[in-house]
Order: sequence, then C-alpha cells, then structure tokens
Amino acid sequence: MLDLIISDYNYWVVIFIMMTGLYTTLATSNLIKKLLGLAVFQTAIFLLYISKGKIIGGTAPILIDQPAIYSNPLPHVLILTAIVVSVATLAVGLALAVRIGNVYGTLYDTEIRKQHDIANRAIATKK
Amino acid sequence: MTEFLINAVLLFYLAMLAVAIYRIDNLFAATMLMSIYSLLCAATFVVMDAVDVAFTEAAVGAGISTILILAALSLSGYREQEKHEFRKGGVQAVVALIVVCALGVLLAIGFHDIPAFGQQNTPAYQGVAQHYINESSREIGVPNIVTSILASYRGYDTLGEVTVIFTAGITVLALLGYGLEIKTNKKSGDSNVQLNLENFIVLRVVSRMFIPFILLFALYVQFHGDYGPGGGFQAGVIFTSAIILHILFYGHQQTQKVISPQLTCYLMAIGILIFAGTGIVTLLRGGNFLDYDVLVSGNPILGQHLGILFIEFGVGVTVAAVMLSMFYSFSKNTKD
Repeated sequence: MLDLIISDYNYWVVIFIMMTGLYTTLATSNLIKKLLGLAVFQTAIFLLYISKGKIIGGTAPILIDQPAIYSNPLPHVLILTAIVVSVATLAVGLALAVRIGNVYGTLYDTEIRKQHDIANRAIATKK
Repeated sequence: MTEFLINAVLLFYLAMLAVAIYRIDNLFAATMLMSIYSLLCAATFVVMDAVDVAFTEAAVGAGISTILILAALSLSGYREQEKHEFRKGGVQAVVALIVVCALGVLLAIGFHDIPAFGQQNTPAYQGVAQHYINESSREIGVPNIVTSILASYRGYDTLGEVTVIFTAGITVLALLGYGLEIKTNKKSGDSNVQLNLENFIVLRVVSRMFIPFILLFALYVQFHGDYGPGGGFQAGVIFTSAIILHILFYGHQQTQKVISPQLTCYLMAIGILIFAGTGIVTLLRGGNFLDYDVLVSGNPILGQHLGILFIEFGVGVTVAAVMLSMFYSFSKNTKD
C-alpha cells in the first residue's frame, strides 16, 4: 500500500493541479485571472517532467568525484528553458490583456461579450 | 523516506495553493499567492534534484513574472476595492467542469501504466540520458551535466528557445510600445497606480547597498554555470531584477540614463547574434553548426568550454534585455 502511494503520489497531485489550473482558466471571467490559471497549468507540466527525472537515492546531475547515482538531467534541461519561455508567453498574454482592457475599458470577458452584442445589434439595425 | 515526506508535504501545499488561487477574488492577493506558489515549486524541484530548474523557477516565477503581473494590473487600472463576480456560474461552469473532468480521466488513464516514481529501470533513464551522464565529462568536460546538454548537446534547441523569448519581447513591444496612453480612472485619482517607492528612505538606502551585490551575483551565476547550478537564463533574469530594483527606487529617468529602451532593443538582437554567430564560426572552421570541438584546433575540450561560455553569454544578454524591455513596456507610462 505504502509503495503504491509513493510510486503514484506525484502523478495524482500533478493531475489535480492541472485540472485546477484549467478550471481557473475556463470558469473565471477576469482575463488576468485566466492567465494565472494558465500559469498554474504550466507548472503542473513542469512538476510532471521533474518527477519523471527524479531517481530515489540519486543526487543532482552535477558530476562529483565519488561514484554516485545522478537524477536524469534531460527533463531538467527541457523544463529550464520551458520556464523562461513560459514567462515570455505570460508577458505576451498580459500585454494582450492590457490592450484589450484599454480598448474595452474592462478586463472581464462577460462585459466584453456584452459590448460585442450591443455593437452587433447596432450594425444589424443599420442594415 | 524523509525525502518522500518532504516532497509529499510540498506537493500538498502546491495543490492547496492552486485551489486558493482559483478561489480568491482579490487579484493582488492572487498574484502574491502565485509568487508563493512559484517559490514552493522551486523548493519541490530542489527536493527532486533539479537544482538548475529550481534556480530558474525562483528567479523567474517568484521574481519577474510577479512583477510583470503587478505592473499589468496597475497598467489596466485594477483597483483593490473593485467588486466584480470572478467565478462564472450556470452553464459555463458546468461545461468547464465537464471539460476538466474529461482531462482528469484521460490523464489518469494515461498515467496508469507509467513507471513508478523514482525508479532507475524506466525508459526515460535509459538511452540518451545514460549517454549524457556517462560520457559528458569526457566529451564536454563540464561538471554540470545540465549545462553541457543545454549549451552543447542540445544547443540548437536552446537557440530556438532564445528566439522564442526574443519574439515574445518584440511582440510585447509591438502591443504596448513604450508610449501607450493609459485610460486613468478619474474618480479614484492616479495615486496608487505608481510602481515606484522613491519616498521610502530606509528601503532606498538598503536597496542602494544591495544592487551591486545582486549584479555581482548575476555575473557569478553567468560564468559559474559550467560548475554549479546556473547559466545564462538565470543570470539574465537576476541581472534584470537588480535593474528593476533600481527603477522602483529611483524612477525611470535615472535608470534610463544608463540603460535606455533603445539599448535594450539592440541588446535583445545582439544576444541572439552572439549565439548564432558562434554556430557560424564553427561552420566556417569546418565543423557542424554549434559543434564547438573545432573552435580551438587540436583541443576539443577547450573549444567546448569557449563555445559554452559564448552561447551562455548570448543567452544571458537576450534574456536580460527582453525582460527589461518588457518591464519598461509594462510600467513606463504609469508615472507620466
């Protein structure tokens, strides 16, 4: 039983965090809050990769003189660059949100949709 | 066992924080929770032996992205007192729940035959990973395996990542520029839209003493990345955080005397040019693109050292310039 918990615990938590992040993105109306949800979703993927790289009883993949078991360095490289790219994409998302907020005067997608509906109706009556 | 318990507690906290980020209505509080979340994530990475990743997450997630989100909040005129329904109800919430549950079920099915946590005989630990661990000291000669993979084995990949960051920097510039006019909320005035803390004397004096050490630390991380955790990505972000600290306490005018927005634009491109230029030099010397063995004739290990030094420097310059340029875009106009 204990072995089963140890062997799968990380993956269950990753699934839970991923679901929470996606739900935050889908079920909130504020654009910046959506981006926070997306960031949480991303970290779940980081955690998944790093969990895969870990070797029990291993050490960090920096070579030492004594013989040692090293954890898998490959996921570390992939995720290291992914983290920096994630902040770059977050910044692009924030810039888009700021521009949208600037044009519509609101950051809530429900309000933005309302404004769209009003504009569409105005166009329809003109025709 | 202790290792696993620490790991289990940290992951539990992370899950709770993820829920809290969803539930909390105040966006400033949500941003701070996100910062704590990133820091805990970094701690989890340390427990799982990913020191380089932890370093990056602590610098990027807890540092720069928090600042960018706060700047974006103030730029979009968000007020703490704002009362608005964040969470959607009704049909949308039900649909979102269905989608999320479907994702959860699919992931659970996908994970059920994944090898157990922390075992050595998994496919991921065989093949190329074994080659990196066993051969990198002979082929690259750098103790930090992560650095040798990042800069040498997968250098082409890293060039792509740096280009993505460069493109993101350009995109933010294209969207916001350095001169966006902000719709200010006339009623509540402009007083709490400021990002600078020039009026706090104690903080100012302390930060003035800190900035040189942070810059020095960034350089250490930059050039010591071969031997310990660190490298261009982390160093660039740490360097920028020192500059941002300077901006927060002394204002944009003072900082931009030293590093103007135009300069950050040039540096963004120069970093990538250093990176790709190293690849061109290796081509001209008769090797493959980004194959540093040929950089110094007759001494592949020295060539590898030089090549890694150059491209890590290029990465550091681009990352620092992009982050700083993004901060300029997000914050410049809140003051004037």
